[in-house]
Amino acid sequence: MNERKDTFMTRAVGAAEIAPATYAWEIQADGLRVRAGRRTMAVDGLDLALGTGVHGLLGPNGAGKTTLIRALATVLRPAGGKLTLLGADASAQAGRRELRRAIGYLPQEFGYYKRFTVREFVEYMAWLKEMPKREVPGAVQRAIERVGLADRADDRMRTLSGGMVRRAGIAQAIVNDPRVLLLDEPTVGLDPAQRLRLRELLQVLGADSCVVVSTHLVEDVAAACSDVVLMARGRLVFQGTPDRLAAAGGPGDVGDSPIERGYSALLAAPGDDRGAW
Amino acid sequence: MSGSWDGAHASDRQITGYARGGTLAGDELWALEAHLEACAPCRERLARAAAPEVAALVGGVWDELRPRLGRVAPAPRRRGPVWARWASPVTAPWVLMTVLVTALGVALERPAPGGVSLVLLVAPVLPVAGVAVAWGRAIDPAYEVVAATPRAGLGLLARRTAAVLAVVLPVLAAAGWASGVMVALWLLPCLAFTAGTLLLGGLVGMVRAAAVLAGVWAVVIVAPTTLLSRLSFALEPGSVPVWGALAALGIAGVLARGSAYSLLDAHR
Repeated sequence: MNERKDTFMTRAVGAAEIAPATYAWEIQADGLRVRAGRRTMAVDGLDLALGTGVHGLLGPNGAGKTTLIRALATVLRPAGGKLTLLGADASAQAGRRELRRAIGYLPQEFGYYKRFTVREFVEYMAWLKEMPKREVPGAVQRAIERVGLADRADDRMRTLSGGMVRRAGIAQAIVNDPRVLLLDEPTVGLDPAQRLRLRELLQVLGADSCVVVSTHLVEDVAAACSDVVLMARGRLVFQGTPDRLAAAGGPGDVGDSPIERGYSALLAAPGDDRGAW
Repeated sequence: MSGSWDGAHASDRQITGYARGGTLAGDELWALEAHLEACAPCRERLARAAAPEVAALVGGVWDELRPRLGRVAPAPRRRGPVWARWASPVTAPWVLMTVLVTALGVALERPAPGGVSLVLLVAPVLPVAGVAVAWGRAIDPAYEVVAATPRAGLGLLARRTAAVLAVVLPVLAAAGWASGVMVALWLLPCLAFTAGTLLLGGLVGMVRAAAVLAGVWAVVIVAPTTLLSRLSFALEPGSVPVWGALAALGIAGVLARGSAYSLLDAHR
C-alpha cells in the first residue's frame, strides 16, 4: 500500500527514521589499511571508533587524513583491515548505494561547475544522492540557508568568492541530512567570522550525526570538536577530548596554547627523524 | 461487524469513539491505533471527527501561524538542469569538436585511390574522446564529489555514455550517408571502441584508456591506411562480425566489472 499524499501534513516521520540503530559506532575501523596511489600505504593499521558528535581529525601533512576521509567516503577501496560504516561493510559492493545516501562529503579540492548557479549545483548533487523528488527543493533551500548563501542562491558559481565556494561545498554535503558527514579542510578560505559560524553549524550537525572534520588549525578543534583524533604516518596517535589533548602537553613543549603544546608533545614521539619542518 | 477488521478501514463508531476518548475497550483501542499509524485515509477521518474544542484549538494555532508562514518564500520548484542528468556538465567543447571534425572530414573528402572514407577513420575515436571528457579528473572539476554519490557507478556510466553516443551516432550517420559508407562499417567499430574504453577505464582510468585505444587505432589502422592509401583489413566488410563480437565482449566485461566505476580510480 502506498501512502496517500496528505494535503495538510507536509512530511510524516517514516519508519526508517525512528528505527533503532543496530550498530554501536557510526564509523569503526580495525587495522584499516588504505593505499594512496600505487605504492604509498597512507593509512596503515588504523583502529578507530567514532560515534555521534564532532570529531576533529588532526595531524601533520602526509599523515593520511585525506586518504582516510576518502576511504570513509567509500571512493577508495581499503587495501586491508575492516571498515564498518553505519553497521555496513564499507568495502562490499552490495549495499554501497544505500550507505552513500547517508553520507555527506566535502573533498579537500572541491571542484564545481562554473556555469551552474548555487541552487542548480546543490540540486544536481541532491539528484546524484538519489533524494526523493518531492524533498529536493525544500532540502536544497534549507542547506543553502544553513551556510548563509540564501541571497546568492541564484548567482552563478563563478561569481562567488573563495569562502562562498567553500560554503556551497558544505551545502551540497549536508543537503541529504547525512548521518556521516565528512569535511576535508572546510575552514580553508573562510574569514574569521565565517569560521565562527561554521563552528556553530558543526555543533548543531554533530548533535545527531557523526561529523568528521579534518583540519590543520588546532584552534578550530578546540572550539568546535567534542573529540580529537590525532594521526601520524597513517596510524592513530591519540583519541580523546580536547581537554585531554591539552593535558598531554607540558610547559617545555612547542606551542602557543595548551592544545598546541599537547599536539606537539604527542607528535614528538621517539624516532622522529624528519626534517626541521 | 463493527468490531471486526476484515482488512478494511475503521468504522465511524470507532473513529468517533477514539476522538471522544474513554469509550473503546483496550484491545480495540490498540488495534485501532495500529491501524491509524499505517492508514492515511482513516487519519484524515479522525481529523474531521475531532471534538469541537480540539478543532477550535487547531484552527486558532493555524490562524496565528498563517501570517508568519506567508512571509517565508517557498522554495522554487525547479530541480537543476535536466540535461546534466545524462551528459556530463562539461561536455560542450567535445560536442563542438565532434561536429567540426566530422564536418571537416566530409568537406575534405575526395575519392582517394584506395577509396578510404575519413568517416571510417574517425568513427571509433570520437566517442572515445567523449568518454574521456565525461570521466576525466582533469576535465571534470567536480569528479570527486560526483564519484562519492550513490548514483555514481554503472548507472551514471550508462547515462553519460548514452549521451556521448546520442551526439556521435547522428553526426556519423549524416557523414556516412554523405560519403556513402556502409552503416555497419562505422557503427560497429565505434561501439567496440566505446565499450573497450569503458572496460579498460575501469582498470587503469578512463583518460589513460582513451589515450591507449586512440593511439592503437592511429598506429595500427590510420597510419598504414593513409600512408599506403590501401584499405586496411579492419575496415573491409568482412571484418564486421569481428567488430560486433568485440563490442559485445566489451559491454559484457563492463557489466561484470560494474563495481569499479563507483571508485575514484576510474577517473584517472
